[in-house]
Amino acid sequence: MMKRIYVLHFNQNNYDKPIVYNLIKNFDLVVNILRAVILPRKESYLVLELEGDEKLLDKGLSFLKKGGVRAEPIRQSVHRNEDICTSCGACTAICPTGALHIERPSMAVLFTPEKCSACGLCVNVCPPRAMEVNF
Amino acid sequence: MSFKVNKTIAEINEKIRRGRVVVVTAEEMIGVVEKEGPVEAARKIDVVTTGTFAPMCSSGVFLNVGHSAPKIKASRAWINKVPAYGGIAAVDFFLGATEPSEDDPLNKLHPGQFRYGGGHVIQDLVNGKKVHVYMEGYGTDCYPAKTVDKDLDLDAMPNAILCNPRNVYQNYNCAVNLTEKTIYTYMGVLRPRGGNATYCSAGQLSPLLNDPYYLTTGLGTKIFLGGGVGFVTWCGTQHNPYVPRGENGVVKEGAGTLMLTGNLKEMSPRWLVGVSMLGYGCSLAVGVGVPIPILNEQMARFTAVRDDQIFTQIVDYGYDYPTAISRSHGEVSYGELKSGSINFDGREIPATPLSSYSRALEIAETLREWITSGRFTLGEAQKLFPGHELV
Repeated sequence: MMKRIYVLHFNQNNYDKPIVYNLIKNFDLVVNILRAVILPRKESYLVLELEGDEKLLDKGLSFLKKGGVRAEPIRQSVHRNEDICTSCGACTAICPTGALHIERPSMAVLFTPEKCSACGLCVNVCPPRAMEVNF
Repeated sequence: MSFKVNKTIAEINEKIRRGRVVVVTAEEMIGVVEKEGPVEAARKIDVVTTGTFAPMCSSGVFLNVGHSAPKIKASRAWINKVPAYGGIAAVDFFLGATEPSEDDPLNKLHPGQFRYGGGHVIQDLVNGKKVHVYMEGYGTDCYPAKTVDKDLDLDAMPNAILCNPRNVYQNYNCAVNLTEKTIYTYMGVLRPRGGNATYCSAGQLSPLLNDPYYLTTGLGTKIFLGGGVGFVTWCGTQHNPYVPRGENGVVKEGAGTLMLTGNLKEMSPRWLVGVSMLGYGCSLAVGVGVPIPILNEQMARFTAVRDDQIFTQIVDYGYDYPTAISRSHGEVSYGELKSGSINFDGREIPATPLSSYSRALEIAETLREWITSGRFTLGEAQKLFPGHELV
């Protein structure tokens, strides 16, 4: 079983298609919707946690690609600029998933993209603005 | 008070020059004193280095931007649209770290983002970037120009002196929010009903927690400041040593502060970082390291203080702090705070820092390297600050 978080990008041609229904029904995937911005006739996105058999997960991703839905792993959408981050820890107060966390006893602030739900709360809370969310 | 070990700063400086000095960080000193005891530790160790890296609002820079023809006596000035105080001499200004850009929407759409301000200008300057300076004057016989526009970088400025009226707070509150709404403060985002706690101190590495009575840190003490060499030039604003202390002499709340000065041209953008506190404003994160000479066993004991022996007060930033009610909602140690959660009101709540411990350690290690390599000697305090008489 695999569990991964993706950002799905829709366009004006496919924003109204029952994508989530098909992922569950045809590929037996467990779907957890973490964030959704669906705008008619505009670019929209959905942050999904997908869990299931690795082969079926890959097939599900192929299905998305054929339907014109661009699926990017969260790692490509959320980025910490290491040159800017000062390891202060302010972000860890607000991060709801623990993707930004403190390693003890070194007190280094770590970012684990696999845990990130791309909520974007850290972007404005980071004092030197080291977090970037691109979608 | 008589001691078994008695060293002078002159003797330690002689050891530095001969390459025989023994320096440890405040973190390493804990183990040395635990193993050897304070007397033996004082014989072995000459200097303990401390460090802190956190937003320090009371910071700023005196800039002299030089004259152009015709000359101006500028009474108002903007640097990258950030207002600087011009009521000094013709082309001298003071740019404060918390001054937002003039066109910043501030908190009109709450919580404001405060993306650019004085602290960011300071970081841009030490980063070698050109800044836009706009000046206005009323025109005089000797200074006829009424406006001057110019772009220049730090090298082109005749003088740039970092001058921070209040840095290195000895200790600082642990913040919670006991109201029903999320609040946005200089202590970060605080969730309602005591949902989380924030704190801002390097604890056992912090300069004045290792010299609790300011016995070696005084006017003229030479320090690591913003990546360069700076000096303690007075006690800071709000310096108040007369607060409750533990048996180890360590203050249990804010207390002492330092005023720091240094040449901005020798500093680095790694150690002067412009920051934006959501809903609060802009500021400057400053890296400071203070070397503490181990003159006797008393200083060895002071510098061996551990996080679990340093306490601070839990303060409500939702109601008490803004309404000037001085009330503690409990005492907590840095050992507990740094574990990631504290017991508050009978339950565990997350505790997160605003002060970078890993950067503080890097400063203490850098200063240790500067001293052991002989490039940094100690400055002897020419005047001690209020609080030294309490010992």
